[in-house]
Amino acid sequence: MKFIKKSYVAFILLIMYAPVAILMVYSFNDSKLPIWKGFTLRWYEEIFKDYSIQQAFSNTILVAVVSSIIATIIGTFAAIGIERMTGWKKSLVMNVTYIPLLSSEIVTGVSLMLLFGALGMTPGISTLILSHITFSIPYVILSIMPKLKQLNYNIYEAALDLGAKPSYAFRKVILPEILPGVLAGLFIAFTLSIDDFIISFFNTGPGVDTLSIKVFSMTRKGVAPTINAISTIMFGTIIIILITTNIMASKKQKKINKSNKSL
Amino acid sequence: MDKKRLALPYVIWASIFVVVPVLIIVYYSFFDKGIFTLQGYKQVLNPRYLGNIMDSIGIAFISTVICLVLAYPLAMILSSKEMSAKGIILLLVILPMWMNSLLRTYAWGYLLQDTGVVNSLLSSMGLPTMQFLYKKSAIVFGNVYNFFPFMVLPIYNVLCKIDKNVIEASYDLGADKFTTFKRIILPLSMPGVITGIVMVFMPALTTFLVSRLLGGGKTTLLGDLIEQQFNKTGDWAFGSALSVILMIIILITLVFMSKKDSFDKGGGLF
Repeated sequence: MKFIKKSYVAFILLIMYAPVAILMVYSFNDSKLPIWKGFTLRWYEEIFKDYSIQQAFSNTILVAVVSSIIATIIGTFAAIGIERMTGWKKSLVMNVTYIPLLSSEIVTGVSLMLLFGALGMTPGISTLILSHITFSIPYVILSIMPKLKQLNYNIYEAALDLGAKPSYAFRKVILPEILPGVLAGLFIAFTLSIDDFIISFFNTGPGVDTLSIKVFSMTRKGVAPTINAISTIMFGTIIIILITTNIMASKKQKKINKSNKSL
Repeated sequence: MDKKRLALPYVIWASIFVVVPVLIIVYYSFFDKGIFTLQGYKQVLNPRYLGNIMDSIGIAFISTVICLVLAYPLAMILSSKEMSAKGIILLLVILPMWMNSLLRTYAWGYLLQDTGVVNSLLSSMGLPTMQFLYKKSAIVFGNVYNFFPFMVLPIYNVLCKIDKNVIEASYDLGADKFTTFKRIILPLSMPGVITGIVMVFMPALTTFLVSRLLGGGKTTLLGDLIEQQFNKTGDWAFGSALSVILMIIILITLVFMSKKDSFDKGGGLF
């Protein structure tokens, strides 16, 4: 039974990662066509020559960094505020929060495009960032809400009674408790922004490409292996970051355990 | 200090960027260059477009059912004690997103093409090769692949929160595994199942990429239809009318879900 369970998980993981693997393999393929012709690094060299890909890459990162940070700040305060709301106000705000989550991306994308049009904004980086903040905030709020529910408000009140200013009490009592949720929200917002295509597609301007839009424009003629190369680099980077943070976290945990024992 | 005021920036943000856009779309669905019209909604009833809509609903429905059938056992395995699943969940759900989803869907085209890896594997095992691509089943496959995580997460979360004592009690009272599943686990996991169904059905209904990348553009779906109205034909009234219909479906789902308290009972995404 355990074997069946493990094989099922392995099967699903295989399906999830098969395209990731094939893209990585083709990033080293010495041919523009998806047929293996031998190992090469020339697509990685091409990245340094291809200005449009560098541009698309830096746009993607810029939009992701700015939008995920702003979304996390707004979303964190929003979650704290919503948690303290009651009655119809709370359910109204929560329902509005679920709209971007449940409505299809295409409706979100189109409706934001119409809004920016009505406001007379030229589509470009700024509209991209605004739209990404909008679809990220709900994910941030939802990842923080469960942490807030577990929070014991009496400790916060105690801090206030002992003379702490609200901002100090927030930093020292509330923030450390909800930090895992905040960081998870930031990570999810950043990932969604990098991966987004549909909303970006409707809200970008001429000449402002993100990687997704670049991929889309190439799908008819065949995606250039340079895209595979840069995607492999991004994927590799995140894996390395995750592994190192995990190792650091477990080292820290060991230290804490040690100091606890010596106490 | 009043903590509720902390939500004020978000409330303002959501009003401008969520509520106003919805109103704008409703406006455009009724007004063409400032003149009231129902042309957009009449277009929806055109048999050709109605056919596209039925196709979309059918494909989204099948994709959702397959997702549910595949995801429920996985969520059960991951939530059982013998798996320390947090890491696997992250691996499964978030990490592949770091390889652009468009690119991954496109890569399935490589894998499934007539001379692709899957068919080579089939023929090396002595099995007949198949044409996978450019059919509706390819679109279903792409949907299941892309939206699978949104089914696993809520079911996994709700299963983790079930009080193990309730299950033990059921066994103590003489119920076998199947009865316990049917009478205890399944009903308690319904909030997660409902969230999952909504989170897969809605995007599957309106995707416009999968149909183009794996379906070869032969099948026009609701998403393609909306996209065409705004980017090609410029028929904003029709495009907006389609979006409004979609939004009404979403609102009905929201009301249904908040009645069932799906999100509050631990069926949320996180």
